[in-house]
Amino acid sequence: MAEQLKMTGIKKAFPGVVALDGVDFRLLPGEIHALMGENGAGKSTLIKVLTGVYDIDGGEIELAGTPVRLAGPLQAQQAGISTVYQEVNLCPNLSVAENIFIGREPRRFGRIQWSEMRRRAQRSLARLDLDIDVSAQLDSYSLAIQQMVAIARAVDLSAKILILDEPTSSLDASEVRQLFTIMRRLRDDGVAILFVSHFLDQVYEIADRMTVLRNGRLIGEYRTEELPQRQLIGKMIGKELEALGEIEEQAREATVPERGTPILEARQLGRTGAIAPFDLTIQAGEVVGLAGLLGSGRTELARLLFGADRPDHGQLLIDGKAEAVKSPREAMAKGIAFSSENRRTEGIVGELTVRENIILALQAERGWMRPIPRRKQDELVDKYIKALQIRPADPERLVRNLSGGNQQKVLLARWLITEPRLLIIDEPTRGIDVGAKAEIQRLVAQLADGGMAVLFVSAELEEVLRLSHKIEVLRDRRLVEELENGDDVDADRIMQTIASGATP
Amino acid sequence: MIDVSTPPTPQRNRSILGSRRVYRPNTRHVPVLATLALLIIMYSIGVYNYEGFGDTQVLLNVFVDNAFLLVVAVGMTFVILTGGIDLSVGAVIALTTTVAATLLTAGWPAGVVLPLVLLIGTVMGLGMGAVIHFFKVEPFIATLAGMFLARGLSLLINRNSIPITNDFWTQMAQKRFRFGEGIFISLNVVIALIVVLIAALVLAWTRFGRNVYAIGGNADSALLMGLPVGRTRIAVYTLSGFCASLGGVLYSFYTSSGYSLHGQGLELDAIAAVVIGGVLLTGGSGYVLGTVLGVLVLGLIQTIITFQGDLNSWWTRIVVGILLFVFIVLQRLVTRKAK
Repeated sequence: MAEQLKMTGIKKAFPGVVALDGVDFRLLPGEIHALMGENGAGKSTLIKVLTGVYDIDGGEIELAGTPVRLAGPLQAQQAGISTVYQEVNLCPNLSVAENIFIGREPRRFGRIQWSEMRRRAQRSLARLDLDIDVSAQLDSYSLAIQQMVAIARAVDLSAKILILDEPTSSLDASEVRQLFTIMRRLRDDGVAILFVSHFLDQVYEIADRMTVLRNGRLIGEYRTEELPQRQLIGKMIGKELEALGEIEEQAREATVPERGTPILEARQLGRTGAIAPFDLTIQAGEVVGLAGLLGSGRTELARLLFGADRPDHGQLLIDGKAEAVKSPREAMAKGIAFSSENRRTEGIVGELTVRENIILALQAERGWMRPIPRRKQDELVDKYIKALQIRPADPERLVRNLSGGNQQKVLLARWLITEPRLLIIDEPTRGIDVGAKAEIQRLVAQLADGGMAVLFVSAELEEVLRLSHKIEVLRDRRLVEELENGDDVDADRIMQTIASGATP
Repeated sequence: MIDVSTPPTPQRNRSILGSRRVYRPNTRHVPVLATLALLIIMYSIGVYNYEGFGDTQVLLNVFVDNAFLLVVAVGMTFVILTGGIDLSVGAVIALTTTVAATLLTAGWPAGVVLPLVLLIGTVMGLGMGAVIHFFKVEPFIATLAGMFLARGLSLLINRNSIPITNDFWTQMAQKRFRFGEGIFISLNVVIALIVVLIAALVLAWTRFGRNVYAIGGNADSALLMGLPVGRTRIAVYTLSGFCASLGGVLYSFYTSSGYSLHGQGLELDAIAAVVIGGVLLTGGSGYVLGTVLGVLVLGLIQTIITFQGDLNSWWTRIVVGILLFVFIVLQRLVTRKAK
C-alpha cells in the first residue's frame, strides 16, 4: 500500500534544543498509527510540523507521493491534514454548526446561508452518531461532545490524514469507547489516523502500528501486536537508567522508620481529571518514592498534597487530624514544602542572588512586613551553602549563573531553611549531571535520617529505588501499587507494574 | 464506505452524550436585554419626572447629538469583539476635523477633502493594525501611540478652533429629514444608522464578521482552524480608523468647526457605550444592536441631566462610571455562569 504521508529525515531545532533530529515517519491510508514517546521526546513538535505550525529545518514531507511544503495551518488543511488537539481548539463562543464550517461557510452572493450550514452540520455530525442542536453555542456542551465536533470539522474538511493529539485525556470510559468506534469507522473509510495518547491501554486497544520517539530521535516503527508493552516502555525510557547504577549504594539501608502516627495520610484523596482517588501514608523519616511515566499523575499527586490543586475526593490527614490544605501557604504553615519540577519557571528566580533565593520561602512564611535581619540571613545562607556544598560558595552571585545542579541545591536550601517536616521534591535531578545527582540523592537520604519525611518524585527508576523506603507506582493517573522497597524489588519489577498495571 | 458491522446507534448516544447538554436561556442575549431594560427604565423615569421629556423629538435629539459617537462606537465594537481595544478614535476625530477645516479654509473643494480625511483615518487604523499584528504589540499600546500621534499632529496643524464655512459642509450640517411638525433627524443620524445597518449585516452574515467573533472567542483556535487571523485583525483596526474619521466628519458637520481638542476622552465614551451595550471586553460576544443601546443610554443620561437643570454636567461621568461598573460585573456573572 502506498504511503499517504511520508516524512524523511525531519529536522527541527529551537534555540538550545534539537527537538527533532532526522526523524522518519509514515502513515498508511486506513490505519491508526500511534506516536509514542515521553514528554519532550518530540511528539508535539512532529505534529506541529505536520500541521504547518512549525517550518522544518531539514528533511522532506511527501503527501501521497508528492513533495509538499506546509507553510501554515491553512495549507495543511487544504492538503487534507486535519488535527484535533488535546484542548479542543474550537471557538467556544460560536455555534456548533459554525465551528464545523467557519472559514468554509456556504455562501450566496457573499452572504452566509445559515440554514444550509445548519443542515450540513447536522448531516456531518450524524455520521458520527451525534444528534445535537447545532445552533447552540459550543460551550454549552460537554468536552466529549466538543471533541466530537472537532472531529466532525476535521472529517468534513475531507481529511485524508486525521491527527488526534491526546484526544482522550478529558474523556471518561464510555466517551472513549464512543470515540474509538468513530475512529475505527473513519479508518475503514480509508482515513489515515495519527493517534497520540499516553494511556498505553488505549494505544494497544486501537492502534495498528506505532512509531516510538525518544529525545527527538526515531527509535523505530512497530506493529502493535509485535511489541509488548514492557518492551515499548523500555524503548520510550531508553537505557539511560542504567547510567546511574554505579553511584554509591550507601543511601537506602538506613533505619526503617517506626510506624507511629504518620505525618501525612491521604484517604481516597483524588481530583477528577488529574488523579484517581488514592491512599498514601508518609511517616517521619521515611522516603516515599513516586514512580511512573511522565504524565502518569506523579506531579498531580504531589500538587494535591501541597494544596496547589484542590482535591474533590477524600480527605487529607496531617498528624492524624483531618485538615483541608487549601493553598500552598497553608501547606507551608503545616510544615509541608514543595520543590517544583520546573525549577526554571516555578522555582528559581534567576535575577536574584543565591542568598535572596534561599531566603525567599522563609521570608514569605514570615510575611513581608517582618524582614529577616541581614545578619540572620547571612548566617542561615552560609550554613546551607556549606551543608549542601553549593558552588561557587558565594551568596551574592546571581542564581542564573549557577549550573543546573547548584540551582537545584539552592532550591532545596530554600525549602530546608523553613525546616519542613515533609519535603516534596519533584524531579530534583532532571537535567543535571551525574555527580550533582549523586550529591542530591545523598542529601535526601541524610534528611530522612534526620527525621524529615520526603516524598521523592522522579522519572528515573534507579534513583527512586536507591532512595525510597517504599515506592508508589502510578500509571494512567492512578496509583496502581505500593511496593515496600526490599531486595526483591528492582527496576524490572516496577516497569512490569507500570506496563501491566498489575493490581496489588 | 460505511462500516456495516457497527450500525449507528443514535439512541444510545443521546443518552450518553446528549444528556450532557446544559440548558441555558440565551446567555449571550442577557447583557443586551439588561441594557434595553435599563434604557426603558431611564426613559420612563424621564417621562414621569420632567415635562416635555416624552416628546418624540427629545428621543430623536439623543440620536442627533450622538450620531458621531454611534459611528465611532460601531468601529469600536468590531475591535472589542476581537478582544482588542482602540484608544486612538478620539484623537482621530480631532485630526479629521482639523485637517478638514484647514483644507476647506485654504479653499480646497469638499469633494477632495471629504475622501482625503476619511483616507487619513483609515490609513492610521491600517497602520496600527499592522503594528499590532506584525510586531505583536499590545493593542492598548499601539493605539495609545496612535492617539498621541493623531492628537499631536492636529495640534501641530492648528492650535485654535477653525470655523468651517464651506457650502457643502454647511448644507450637510443643515440637512434635516422631517417627519411632521417639529419632528426631524439630521443627515448625521441617517449616515450613522446606515453604518449600524451595514455593520450588523457584516457581523451576522459574512465570513469576515464571523471571523471577528472567532478571533475574539479564541484567537489560537482560529489560527489553527485556518482562519485569516492576521488579515482580519488588521482589517478590524482599519475599519475602526475609518469609522473614527467618518465620526470626525459627522462631528465637523455637527459643530461646523475643526479643533485639535475635539473628541477628548471620546474613545472612553465609545468603549463605555460598547461595554454597556453588552459586548464582552474579552471579545467574542456582543451585538451592534447592543452598542446602539449603549450609545442611547449615554445620550439619555445627558438628556436627563439637562432636564434636571440644577445638576453639574459631570454627573454624566459619574453615572456612566457607575453603570460601567455594574455592567462589567454583570458580564462577569454571566460568563462565569456559562463556564
